Amino acid sequence: MIPSVTIIGAGVAGLCVARTLTDRGAEVTLIDREADLGIHACSWWAGGMLAPFCEGESAEEPVVRLGQEAAPWWQAKTDAVINNGSLVVSLARDKNDLKRFSRRTEQFEEVSSTQVQALEPDLGNRFQKGLYFSSEAHLAPRRALAELRATLLADGVTFIQEDADLDAYAQKGITIDCRGYQARDSMNDLRGVKGEMLVLSCPDVTLHRPIRLLHPRVPLYIVPRGDGIFMLGATMIEGVAGQHVTARALLELLSAAYALNPIFGEAEILEIGVDSRPAFPDNLPRIRRSGNLLQVNGLYRHGFLLAPAVARMVCEHVFDQTQPELMDEIAA
Amino acid sequence: MRDFYGTSLPNGFMLGTAQYPSPAILADAFKRSGASVATVSLRRESGQNRAGQDFWELIRDLNVHILPNTAGCHSAREAVTTAYMAREVFDTKWIKLEVIGEEDTLQPDVFGLVEAARILSEDGFQVFPYTTEDLVVADRLLNVGCEVLMPWGAPIGSGLGLNNVFGLRAMRAHFPDVPLVIDAGIGVPSQAAQAMELGYDAVLLNTAVAKAGDPAAMAEAFAKAIEAGTLATIADPMEQRDMAEPSTPVIGKAFLS
Repeated sequence: MIPSVTIIGAGVAGLCVARTLTDRGAEVTLIDREADLGIHACSWWAGGMLAPFCEGESAEEPVVRLGQEAAPWWQAKTDAVINNGSLVVSLARDKNDLKRFSRRTEQFEEVSSTQVQALEPDLGNRFQKGLYFSSEAHLAPRRALAELRATLLADGVTFIQEDADLDAYAQKGITIDCRGYQARDSMNDLRGVKGEMLVLSCPDVTLHRPIRLLHPRVPLYIVPRGDGIFMLGATMIEGVAGQHVTARALLELLSAAYALNPIFGEAEILEIGVDSRPAFPDNLPRIRRSGNLLQVNGLYRHGFLLAPAVARMVCEHVFDQTQPELMDEIAA
Repeated sequence: MRDFYGTSLPNGFMLGTAQYPSPAILADAFKRSGASVATVSLRRESGQNRAGQDFWELIRDLNVHILPNTAGCHSAREAVTTAYMAREVFDTKWIKLEVIGEEDTLQPDVFGLVEAARILSEDGFQVFPYTTEDLVVADRLLNVGCEVLMPWGAPIGSGLGLNNVFGLRAMRAHFPDVPLVIDAGIGVPSQAAQAMELGYDAVLLNTAVAKAGDPAAMAEAFAKAIEAGTLATIADPMEQRDMAEPSTPVIGKAFLS
């Protein structure tokens, strides 16, 4: 029997689950409250780093392991992936942060000032040392989402715009809730972690890979999007509700970029973004089942990194009735 | 142990709640630390609506005394506003008052601190001021209503330990009846033990636990050090001396060599 599945929420989780289920022959309907991709989805503001080893600095083991599925998956499904590794640097006075980072992570090589410069000439000789994670990748998140959407449409997946009634759909058949923080009403242990980020245009700078600048208070990453466009992120703030970027966050992000290369002082700010990343207390995703309803949530700051693995597990559960490792107790 | 605005604590361990890899690890660290107080920093944009409440719920679930913190405030006015917000969010009169004066060392702006402490004390807050070991400033803080002092060990997040042992000892001697807490700069448990051995009533730390490879294990290590330091103080340590003093009597011993 071909399973028929309704997915609510067409952000990165919903689209990945839809892709994976469609690939195995399921009949999929995708419902979102908005007609198209856009700023209402957390994934719209993602950095797009596929960096499982770097994330290992603070994330739990499953993130590192499952995150390794991401780059090959996105590469197979989209043209948005760039395999150039990632580079971690710190200013001289924060060199101990680099040491700490290297103790907590794996799959990197230590690179000297000359090597940093060879990898990224535009960083100049500002950094005496760096960590190069050559097996990591990054992607252009909005392009990746648009491509997924386009191929799903081409494969006959139905997209519906409505404020879906979850229970009504679950009465009818398998329903997968991929609404992110919007699902907070039915998930008591979900919280939002505020993130703020910027999109800059700075044609004078060329970077080939995501750069992480370690800093005790304001860690920053900058992801090249090509054509002189850069994504600058991202704050991680617990316990706040603001819908807007604060002046402080903007100041901190920009001064960190300025430290990376003073030319960023000349950049134009194209977009200022803010969102609430959905997270559970251990910052790991969950697949939660209650009858016909499957809730997929808590991807936190790892949407693009973990969605492929989570989608695989959902698919195996739907088709093969396996119990995925990220599945917790059936919701009461 | 001296009490803090009428509250006596089971131990001298105050632990911060920032910078942990996840709230689950934070909760583990608290469980293993047995810490009696949790400090929480509020931001100005922290709200009352639900998205802002999720994290505070997790902190309340720790079931320890909550000491809200005006971390990152750079003026008396900002600190006072944050304190009012903290009182609403956590329903407590306690406030750890931090007015930062300098960005690189995060050292307190003692002038703004005294001013904010006066305003808040007059309004019924029970202020825990983050200050230096300066005795004159300490006096001013007590004059405006503070009943607890929290001198720094070293700059926030530096992990350098007790930078000015002489100054801290002088402070203890100068204010024998005031509860004193070492706040900031602690990196490893031995430094926390040293603070307790100086006769301090508590230590407050965050980064040393949150940024450890295994925060929960480090939290337990600190708990043991603080307990050791507390016990040592009660036990009345021996005096130091310049010459060796044999611990076994020499008289009557056979000299065979």
